[in-house]
Amino acid sequence: MRVMVLVKANEDSEAGVMPDEQLLTEMGAFNEELVKAGVMLAGEGLRPSSKGARVRFAGGKKSVIDGPFTEAKELIAGYWLWEVKSLDEAIEWLKRAPFEETEVELRPVFEVDDFGAELTPELREQDERLRAQVAARQ
Amino acid sequence: MARPADVSRADSHRAVEAVWRIESARLIAGLARIVRDLGLAEELAQDALVAALEQWPESGVPDRPGAWLMATAKHRAIDALRRRARLERKQQELGRELQAEQEQAPDPAAGLDDDIGDDLLRLMFTTCHPVLSTDARVALTLRLLGGLTTEEIARAFLVPEATVAQRIVRAKRSLAEARVPFEAPTPAERSARLASVLEVVYLVFNEGYSATAGDDWVRPALCEDALRLGRILAELVPDEPEVHGLVALMEIQASRLRARTGPAGEPILLLDQDRGRWDHLLVRRGLAALARAETLGRPLGPYTLQAEIAACHARARAPDETDWTRIVALYDALAQLAPSPVVELNRAVAVSMAFGPAAGLELVDALVDGGSLDGYHLLPSVRADFLVKLGRHAEARAELEHAASLARNTRERELLLGRLEAQPMSLDRS
Repeated sequence: MRVMVLVKANEDSEAGVMPDEQLLTEMGAFNEELVKAGVMLAGEGLRPSSKGARVRFAGGKKSVIDGPFTEAKELIAGYWLWEVKSLDEAIEWLKRAPFEETEVELRPVFEVDDFGAELTPELREQDERLRAQVAARQ
Repeated sequence: MARPADVSRADSHRAVEAVWRIESARLIAGLARIVRDLGLAEELAQDALVAALEQWPESGVPDRPGAWLMATAKHRAIDALRRRARLERKQQELGRELQAEQEQAPDPAAGLDDDIGDDLLRLMFTTCHPVLSTDARVALTLRLLGGLTTEEIARAFLVPEATVAQRIVRAKRSLAEARVPFEAPTPAERSARLASVLEVVYLVFNEGYSATAGDDWVRPALCEDALRLGRILAELVPDEPEVHGLVALMEIQASRLRARTGPAGEPILLLDQDRGRWDHLLVRRGLAALARAETLGRPLGPYTLQAEIAACHARARAPDETDWTRIVALYDALAQLAPSPVVELNRAVAVSMAFGPAAGLELVDALVDGGSLDGYHLLPSVRADFLVKLGRHAEARAELEHAASLARNTRERELLLGRLEAQPMSLDRS
C-alpha cells in the first residue's frame, strides 16, 4: 500500500529558514535508508506559503488568493510517498525520522480494492465510463 | 485523538510486526554472517522477535528497535555457539577440537557494524543459490528477504501452507548439506549468480502480474513485493545495469496494473487500456531506472531491452503513436541475445503492427511448425488476432477455441471466449 506522509509547516519553514546543516545531513541519511529499503516512491520539500496561492471555489465562482496563509500548523511543508506493507510499517519508519518539533500526518492512499462492496461492478463500470468520457474529451 | 506511543498491548503487537517487516532481513543477514548457518540465523531472529513480543508491550518499543533485536539475537547466538562447542567436546572428548572450533568461529561481537548492505546482498545470493529448485528460491527469498510469512507466501502462490513450510525447511537443509558458504560469489561466478537473483525477483513479479492459475488475473501484492526486492537490489549493486533494467521493466509494467483489469476483473489488453489510468509516477520511476541502466554504458542485457520495449509503449500517449518499428528492432536484439519462442511470438506481434498482419502470420506459422509453444494459449490467441485482421474468421474461431481450451487462468479464458463470441459466423473475406 501507499502512504502519503505530510510534514506540517512551522514558523521557521513558513519564514523560509532552511534547516541547519545537521538536520540536512540527518534527513539525507534517513532518505537514503528509505531508498535502500525500497520504501521511498517520491518526496519533496515545499516552499513557504508566501510563494503559493489558493483558488477558492464558491457557488461556481473562482477567486485566487495569494499566500502567505496563516495557521502554520495546518500548512504542509513537505511530503513523502511511501510504499509499505501496512500503516504500522509507515508509523515505524516515521518514528525514525530526525524531526525534533513538528507534527507529521500519515494518510493511506485509496486503492481500487478499498472501495470493496461499496463500489459494485455497476458503479465501477459507471466510473470507468466517466473516466473514458473525460479522456475522450481531452 | 492522541495516544501515547505503544501503550496498548494490541498497538505494541502491531508495532512489533511492523518493526519485524523492516528489520527481519537485515537481522537474519547479519546473524547468518556470524553463525554461518541460515537456518540457525532465522531461528535466532525469530527468538528475538518472540522476546520483543513479550517485552515491548511492557517496556515500549525501544528507540532503536533494530539494534535491540540484533543485540538480543546476538546473545542467543553466543549461547548457541557455546552449546554447539560443548556438544562437539562431548562427542569428540578432545579439548583441542573445541579450541579449533573457537578459533574458526568468528567472534560473534565482531563486525556487527559492518556494512549491512553486504550482508543483505550475501543473503540474496544465498536464497537464490543454484543448488536450490526455483520454487525453493522463491519461497526462501520471499520469507527471508521479503519478510513474508509462510501463510502469506502460500496464499500468494495458491498452494497449501504446509507445502511452502516444507519447501523452506528443505531449502535450508539443502544449503547446509551443500555447505553453501554465506558469501558473495567470486567475480567469475558473479554474473551467473546475479542472473539467478534477478530471475527469482522477476518470477515473483510475473506471478503477481499475470497469475498463471486461479481466479484472479493479477495479484498486485506480489508485484509490490517483487518491486521492493528489486529496488533494494538496485541500491545494493548500483553498478549492475541489468538490475536497473529489471527494476525499470517492473516499474513500467506495474504502472499499468490499474488499467489492465476491467470493472468485472477481466483483463484489458495493452492497446485497449485507458492510458490516463496508468500510474505515471511508476512510469517516471521506470524511465529513470532505464536511464540509470543505460548511463552505465555497457551493452544492453535482456531485462534492459525488455524495459526499452515497455518504455516505447509508456512514451506513446495513444496506441497509434507507438513506435512499432523501434519495438521490432528491440525484439530483434532480444531474440539474438536471449532467443526463445515467447520472444519470437512477441516479435511477431510487433512485426504485424509495423508491417501488417500477413508478415506477423508468417512468423507465427513458423512457430506453430516449430512446435515448441504447443500448449501455450497465447500462440493460437495471437494467430487468431492476425487471422481476424486478415478477414479469415472461420480459422480465427478455431484458433480462439483452441486458445480458450489451453488457458489455465479463468479470467483469461473468459476473455478468449468473449473474443470468440464477437466473431462473425460466416463472413470470411478470403
